[in-house]
Amino acid sequence: MNKKVKVYSTPTCPLCIRAKQFLKENAVSFEDIDVSMNHDAAQDMIKRSGQMGVPVIDIEGDLIIGFDKDKIKRALGI
Amino acid sequence: MYDLIIIGAGPAGITATVYAARKKMNFLVISGDIGGQAAWSGDIENYTGYQFITGPELTSKFEEHMRKYGVAMREGENVIDLKKIDDRIVIRTDKGQYESKTAIIASGKRSRELSVPGEKEFKNRGLTYCATCDGPLFAGKDVAVIGGGNSALDAVLQLMNIARRIYLINIVPHLTGDPVMIEKAHESDAVTVMNNAKVLEITGDGMVSGIKVRCEGEEKALSVEGVFVEIGLIPNSHFALSLDKNALGEIKVDCHNRTNIPGIFAAGDVTDVPEKQIIIAAGEGSKASLSAFKYLNQHR
Repeated sequence: MNKKVKVYSTPTCPLCIRAKQFLKENAVSFEDIDVSMNHDAAQDMIKRSGQMGVPVIDIEGDLIIGFDKDKIKRALGI
Repeated sequence: MYDLIIIGAGPAGITATVYAARKKMNFLVISGDIGGQAAWSGDIENYTGYQFITGPELTSKFEEHMRKYGVAMREGENVIDLKKIDDRIVIRTDKGQYESKTAIIASGKRSRELSVPGEKEFKNRGLTYCATCDGPLFAGKDVAVIGGGNSALDAVLQLMNIARRIYLINIVPHLTGDPVMIEKAHESDAVTVMNNAKVLEITGDGMVSGIKVRCEGEEKALSVEGVFVEIGLIPNSHFALSLDKNALGEIKVDCHNRTNIPGIFAAGDVTDVPEKQIIIAAGEGSKASLSAFKYLNQHR
């Protein structure tokens, strides 16, 4: 079953771009949330992750802060 | 035992890898990340063959090129110690230990830290080293940019369209960046430049709420929700204790990328090579790899 994945990112953040590339390469579909445009989502991300750095990747409600390939792989079982 | 271990996978390390693979050397790559500073770069317009490419795109091209050869890679692993014992180079990381006949250090540079109370505590909690990445999260907020060179001014110019008020905290008497950028910062009503100002502490509760600075001999508390640290870079050479370095901590190399220890080579921004550019780092990486190859042939 496909897991529900959200990526909180900004268009100018290189690691966000790399994280999204990585997901695409592994055929993982995800919702891309641009926190520079969506203020409410930005506040939500800050509140839930307790920090302000992007990317934050939400996999079935579990948050991964930053582009941590190992953690992403583990969370997705790939 | 490997013929070669390459430390780092930025432009220098990856290019060294491509050359080592083509020479069919038995080698390993150890790196915390892929792309290094290039992955953090915005627009690149001076890498020959690409009139325009972004840092992440160029990093992907580099990685693709390297992976084509099916290289052995330890990603997400950081080198703690490197020393030569007899004819072996022994490299200890946070996850293991490896031995090799030669090594190329291409570990690049990282952001310099302020080293003030609150910096570690509030990292990513309002304090960031990447204005490009995290700037948009500070829409409508008051922020401080620490530094006075081009990277600090670049951050100020980016934040001018995002933040409400920007304090530029500069430790020396004058800003040192490009005049065009300095002019833009001075022209903006949103920007307050504070020269001769030293950051003493980052304050807050969970998230950043202010900074304390000493400006012209007077202590001031500024209320800000964001702190952007842009005070330059330092080389990742701390693990190579026995290598000769210059005053900046850059590893000294000759024009063959040899360090003071035979069999240990270095390339790219971690070295004292003049000019830090992606294309220079890449070229240095290829030279280092060819030098390691020659060294192995001479020491069989």
